[in-house]
Formats: sequence, C-alpha cells, structure tokens
Amino acid sequence: MIEVRNLSKSFGSTKAVDNMSFEVSPGTVTGFLGPNGAGKSTTMRVIMGLDHPDSGQALIFGKPYSKIANPLHQVGALLDARAFHGGRSAYNHLLFLAQANGIPARRVDEVLETVGLSSVAKKRAGTFSMGMGQRLGIAAALLGNPEILLFDEPINGLDPEGILWVRNLLKSLASEGRTVFVSSHLMSEMAQTADYVVVVGRGRLIDSAPISQFISKSAQRYVVVRSPAIDTLEGLLKQSGADVAQGPDNTLEVTNATCAQVGELAGANSIVLHELYFHEPTLESAYMELTQDDVEFHAKSSNDMTFPADKRN
Amino acid sequence: MEATLATNRNQTNSTFHTSQPFTNTLQSELTKFRSVKSSFWSLIVANGVTIVLSAIICEAVVNRWNKRSLSERILFDPTTRSLTGIVLAQLAIGVLGVLLISAEYSSGTIRATFAATPNRTKVLTAKAVVFAVITYITCLISVLIAFGVGQAIFTQVGVGASIGQPGVLRVILMSALYLTIGGLFALGLGTLVRHTAGGITAFVVMMLVLPGIVGALPSPWSSDIGRYLPNAAGLAMTSVIKQHAGGDMLGPLGGLAVFCGWAALALVVGGTRLVTRDA
Repeated sequence: MIEVRNLSKSFGSTKAVDNMSFEVSPGTVTGFLGPNGAGKSTTMRVIMGLDHPDSGQALIFGKPYSKIANPLHQVGALLDARAFHGGRSAYNHLLFLAQANGIPARRVDEVLETVGLSSVAKKRAGTFSMGMGQRLGIAAALLGNPEILLFDEPINGLDPEGILWVRNLLKSLASEGRTVFVSSHLMSEMAQTADYVVVVGRGRLIDSAPISQFISKSAQRYVVVRSPAIDTLEGLLKQSGADVAQGPDNTLEVTNATCAQVGELAGANSIVLHELYFHEPTLESAYMELTQDDVEFHAKSSNDMTFPADKRN
Repeated sequence: MEATLATNRNQTNSTFHTSQPFTNTLQSELTKFRSVKSSFWSLIVANGVTIVLSAIICEAVVNRWNKRSLSERILFDPTTRSLTGIVLAQLAIGVLGVLLISAEYSSGTIRATFAATPNRTKVLTAKAVVFAVITYITCLISVLIAFGVGQAIFTQVGVGASIGQPGVLRVILMSALYLTIGGLFALGLGTLVRHTAGGITAFVVMMLVLPGIVGALPSPWSSDIGRYLPNAAGLAMTSVIKQHAGGDMLGPLGGLAVFCGWAALALVVGGTRLVTRDA
C-alpha cells in the first residue's frame, strides 16, 4: 500500500508535483501515466525518500520511506536503468545492496537467474546494453522480495521478448498480492498490463481509476462509415437525428447511432458501404483527451498525428 | 523465470529487522570500495609514490650531503626526510576520497545506495570508516617501507634513524595518519561538491594553492594564517624536529588537531548537505 497525500514539490519556479493525492493498492498493477514533465519520476523519487517534498507526504504501509529499517525487504524500485557504476560487476552491485539490508548473498544469484543475467554477472556493468541495464535494475528491485514494487519506465530499451517478460513479471508480482506501481508513456503497453491507472499532468492528478472506468470516460466512441456516396449518406444520417462529423478519406464519424442503424439506413437507400465499424476508445485515446491541456511540450499539430493512428486497428 | 521469484517470500518477510545494523552498512561500503578498479589504482599510486619518490629524494639528499653546512647537518631529520613522498601521495589519496562519493553521483549509484540505506549519515560514516581503515593500513605499510629504504640510503653518509629513537615511531604513525585524514578531508569536499572534477579541484586548491596565496601575504599574516592551513597542519604532525624557520609550524598534536578539524568540518558540512538535499 502506497499513499501519496497532498504532495507538492517545486524545482525553482517549476511546480513538478502540485498537491497530488492517490493510493496504490496491493494485488494490482497500477499504471502511472502522464506526459513528459508531468511529475511521475519526481513523485516516485519522493516515495523512495530520495527527494524531499515541499509539503505533503508519501507513505509506505503508513510510514515515510526513510523510517523503514532495511527497506529493500519491503520496497523494491527501478527508478533509473543506468543507476550503477560502469566499472562494477552486476554481481557486486547487487551484493552491496543485499549486504546493506542483511540479505543473504545467495539471493543475489537467485535474482540474477530470474532476470537472465547469470552468465554476465561478473562482467563490468558498463558493458551492458540498455536492456541488460534494465534487467539489472529489475534484479535490484526484486532483491529483498518486497511487497511493494516501483518501476519507472521498465520496458525502455527492451526487445519484444524482454517487454513480454516484464509484462508477465509485473502481472505475476501483482497476482501474488504485491503492490506494483509502474510508470510508462507507452499506452498500448499499459493497456495490456495495468489494472488500475493514476493519470497525471503538469504535476496534478487528473484521474485515478480502474482502467476500464478510465477508458469509458473517453468521448472517442463512434461509428465509422466509409462510402463513395458519403455526402448523400451524411444528409440521411443527419435527418435521422445522428451527430455526424467528417473523417478522413471519405469517412464519417457517427455518434448517437449504432452500426446496425447506419447499415440499415444505407441499405434502405441503396448506398454502397466500403467500411463500417464501431470505434472503441482505447487507453491511448482516453489518455490523449484527458491530458490534452496538460502536455508541457506540445509538438505542433500533435492532434493530427495521434488520432488517425488509432484508426489503424 | 518467475518460478524462483517467490521463493521463501514469507521467510524473508518474517525476518524483518527492526533496525539496520551499522555492520551491514560497513560491509556494503566495503564491497563497493573493493569492487571498482579506481580504489585499487589510487592506492597503488599513493603507496608507490610514498616509497619510490621518498627513495629518490633520499638519494638526492645523499648526493648533495657534502654541500650542506654543519648546522644543516645537525638539524637534519632523517625520519621525516625519508617520507617526503607522502606529500605527493596525498594527491592520489585525495582523488580516491573524492571519487568514493562523486562516482556514486555521476553513475547514479547513490540512489540505489540511499534506497537500501535511507539514513544518509550512516552511509557517509560507513564510507569514511572503510576508507580510513584501508588507507591507514596500506599507507602505514608503505611508510614503514619508505622509512627502511630511506635509512638504508642515509647510512652512506653516516646518518639515520631507528624506530626505537624518540619521536620516530610517532612520525611513522602520524605520516600514515596524515594521508588518512587528508583522504577524509577530500571525502568531505567530494560530498559537498558532488562532482569529481570539482571535488579534486577543491582539494588541490585547499592543500596546494591556498598555501601559496597565503604565503604571499605580508608577514606575520602569512605564517600566522599559513600554519593553520590543512596541509601545513597535517605536515606538522610528521616532523621529529620543529625545523621550519623559527618554529613557524604547529606542534605535532596541534597539527593533528587542526588537520582533523579541517576534515571534520568538510565531512560535517558535506554530510549536512547530503542529508538535506535531494539525491
């Protein structure tokens, strides 16, 4: 159980975290979503006792991190994939962490085995690829067999096999009743992994809800219809009381009507349809809608870029 | 792969310690110290310089012995003179002291360290203890070797000291201590600056540049201030005879106290910053 209460933290004049409150419960994978600069990493660092908040607090089992003796037994974290000395071996990196918390050295071998780094355990960690670095960071998080796990962008730099492995790992950790809190900017990945989402933008909490509930808040649910006689169809649909918007490439986006209604209307008027489907909102589209105003560094015309991409599925 | 994950989970959790023993932190810092090459090489350089440079200087002294005046010969301190290499060795120890903490910041290891041991004072204390003990033991060995080599060289001109003579053992012990305290001073500066190049610069400025600047002040300020600077205080610990012109230097115990004061100041200010700032 992680509790963040009215947390605020500024760097100079920038409010990185602004009065943020949420809870992360055991037994679930909770996704921590937000644009770059939304305060995700800062929040995680405050939870880990690395950064001091200006006000508010972050508690783990009711205690601030700094008050936990041998914290690796309770909390494991991957905050920064390259947070190791390049000249030190993976084994020794994990060994000094284990020793600090009275964890037996054999556990180091176990976690190296778990993440698949046994064969390179004695090599200098500086020679590791990004993906191997991530695996070492995950090994460090698992070291104390903790009830609470925090992962900041754990799949960065992993190959498809590694991504699948992390996804299954996170799920299995949660299924064992552990609290798993994972930040990511990869929505499709989070949609497959998370049960619950905490969405933030510009340091503020936007929403904290089960993932299905969050997605259902999206307005991006409509019927897409493509036809060579699109103008005729548009007129007919409007007459029947549906809300119609023009989409790209001779398509219409129809709300207030089902696929069946649109299809029957077209059939009754002998209009040929090339495509007809219901557009389900995705985590990505829901996220984009809700964080639109909170992205700190907008690329110009980012909206034109993102929504058509949805339609590929 | 996940099969090994949940092994003896309950066992691990049932063995929660209510405190984090300092010996665990020490062990952890020892592992860190011995698992990077920079520790090894810094110690090799420091101890090599102590032995080799000291021997070279002893040879130079012997070669020019005939050009020395009688009073110079009487005031000659064969013990201290056989250990001159420590002044340069101090730089290598200083670099190591800075690196011990600055490399953690530059690599990001510091966050893993503090995640495992949130008590940052404990981390810095353990680091200082491990570093001080290893530095003192290795430097004591090289100082003893340098002393032996130096006295062997000095027999050519019929001078020399032996460990049994008054003050000699003290100088040997204090010379290793000079290197150790200097290293701790550097560790404190590194903790304060958190940056390798910046920390080394700060150390060199405090040890070598500042004395030059203060020495350029009008007398008596130059000597009144100069003797309290870290390197002068440290070297005062290592003299058998108060030889430097007119007793400019502090006595050995005064030097020890002042040099320790500098190291303690750097560690306390650096440690305070370590605790209060974000990692």
